[in-house]
Amino acid sequence: MEELIAILNDLHPEVDFATEKNLVVGGILDSFDIVSLISEINEEFDVTISAAELTPENFDSAESIYALIKEKLDDED
Amino acid sequence: MQNNVLDYIEESLKRVPDKIAYADDEVELSFARVKEIMDGVGTGLIERGLNREPVVVFMKKSPNTIATFFGVINAGCYYVPIDSEMPATRINLILDNCKPKVIICDQSTMEIGKGFDYQGDIVLFDDIASTKANHERLAAVRAKAIDTDPIYIVFTSGSTGVPKGVVACHRSVIDYIEQLSDTLGFDENTIFGNQTPLYFDACLKELYPTLKFGATTYLIPHSYFMFPVKLVEYINEHKINTVCWVVSALTMISAFNTFDTVKPETLRTIAFGSEVFPIKQFRLWRQACPEAKFFNLYGPTEGTGMCCYYPVERDFADDEVIPVGFPFKNTEILLLKDDNTLAAQGEQGEICIRGTSVTLGYFNNPEKTSESYVQNPLNHSYPEIIYRTGDMGHINERGELVFHSRKDFQIKHMGHRIELGEIEANVNLVPEIKLSGCIYAKDQGKIILFYVGDIGEGDLIKALKTKLPRYMLPNKVIKLEEMPFTANGKIDRVTLSKMY
Repeated sequence: MEELIAILNDLHPEVDFATEKNLVVGGILDSFDIVSLISEINEEFDVTISAAELTPENFDSAESIYALIKEKLDDED
Repeated sequence: MQNNVLDYIEESLKRVPDKIAYADDEVELSFARVKEIMDGVGTGLIERGLNREPVVVFMKKSPNTIATFFGVINAGCYYVPIDSEMPATRINLILDNCKPKVIICDQSTMEIGKGFDYQGDIVLFDDIASTKANHERLAAVRAKAIDTDPIYIVFTSGSTGVPKGVVACHRSVIDYIEQLSDTLGFDENTIFGNQTPLYFDACLKELYPTLKFGATTYLIPHSYFMFPVKLVEYINEHKINTVCWVVSALTMISAFNTFDTVKPETLRTIAFGSEVFPIKQFRLWRQACPEAKFFNLYGPTEGTGMCCYYPVERDFADDEVIPVGFPFKNTEILLLKDDNTLAAQGEQGEICIRGTSVTLGYFNNPEKTSESYVQNPLNHSYPEIIYRTGDMGHINERGELVFHSRKDFQIKHMGHRIELGEIEANVNLVPEIKLSGCIYAKDQGKIILFYVGDIGEGDLIKALKTKLPRYMLPNKVIKLEEMPFTANGKIDRVTLSKMY
């Protein structure tokens, strides 16, 4: 989770990602952020997020993004 | 001869009055309804005594906003679109530049509008649109219309921190719409999926051909452009066959292997521009849409929309750049070298535009206008204005124009044209900042800001959000103890570009 928060903070140093739950609905992340985020996640965690997993629900909070990453990591085991 | 862009609606109104002209998830406007709004807004402005002057339209992206633009033109005035995404500082600069007597707001922007540094009238869309049409007065205004009168001012980034308002007239827009429609093959069956914001000239591609042909434009909600599967499903559901998008919106879809899940089934014309399309991504698109025609478009706002096109038909190697191709009919591209003579084939020169597509200049800004709207240096016999784009290019062995680079610090980021100097000028307005330097990391597509000053990265971004539109915010902010300088005392951007 810490690594993910670090990636997010790098994108938006002004946002408190530990508490913010409306990243998409609240318009905090834009399409550019999503593209950067996915490639950083891929580098950091070695998981590839597919188009079908790119949904507003999965990206609305650090928690939900982390849950997605974890689920993908568990699938590989 | 047609001398007014609004003449376009007449045929469509007779033929398909009840067809949907513009729609989004909330509002659908038929051609008949567009005409009603247009006449209501037009009459409302005439009754307020306005004539041949700018009217600011400050509304969220909606079919109603488009009909309001036409209403402003209908009153013989010109629209200045601004958006709630624009920060207050920038909006105040725009208002100061064009000093409008009237701002038209909608319910969602009214409160923000009241907070502007502004003394004139703020009018609610619902009120002015329901003005009873006075066809006599509208006809009287139309009878006096001249095709070199302005129809809009759109503001683009200025290197000193003050945005520049590009003024375009009926004749330039009609010329553009005719040539573009012909080249891309628009007709009454065209269904556009609009991506670009309404506060730039990019949306001309959908707005006016829709009027002309009785076609339909769907304004695709902004949030869909983050979620590619939903976006492609939207295209299929609405049977969209024509898109004119920035490259980053297209590559967003292809880069996530969206086509493995869902393919766009109805697209037949795919135009893109403003940025280089990576060939690998382009191939994915061509495979997914084998029946579609692809066009690369190029042109600055000052040349009214786009001025060059390239039908992408042959194959390209991974490291090749898709040319910007050929000027539209009735436009000439002059490639001028530093000594103001024409570049030979293969030689680099500055891309300069000649013809009706050249806009009128920057509003209330003679100084900036005279820098880039200049006498054609090849013509010594009579006044003839060409526009110097500041873009460098050359003609390849096939006779196609190829874009190279900028002469200055202007960049293209996510389809937006940005002066790095405008970002720096706004950073330097933050009291804690001592020095700042901005670079563009092309390979990553990131704006990177370096600064020296007693403020944290997060607080600096917060401060910038009140001054710069979102697309101009740096993607990465790096605090330095010392700024590197070149031997003659300028900020050393070469060193900076090695520091991230």
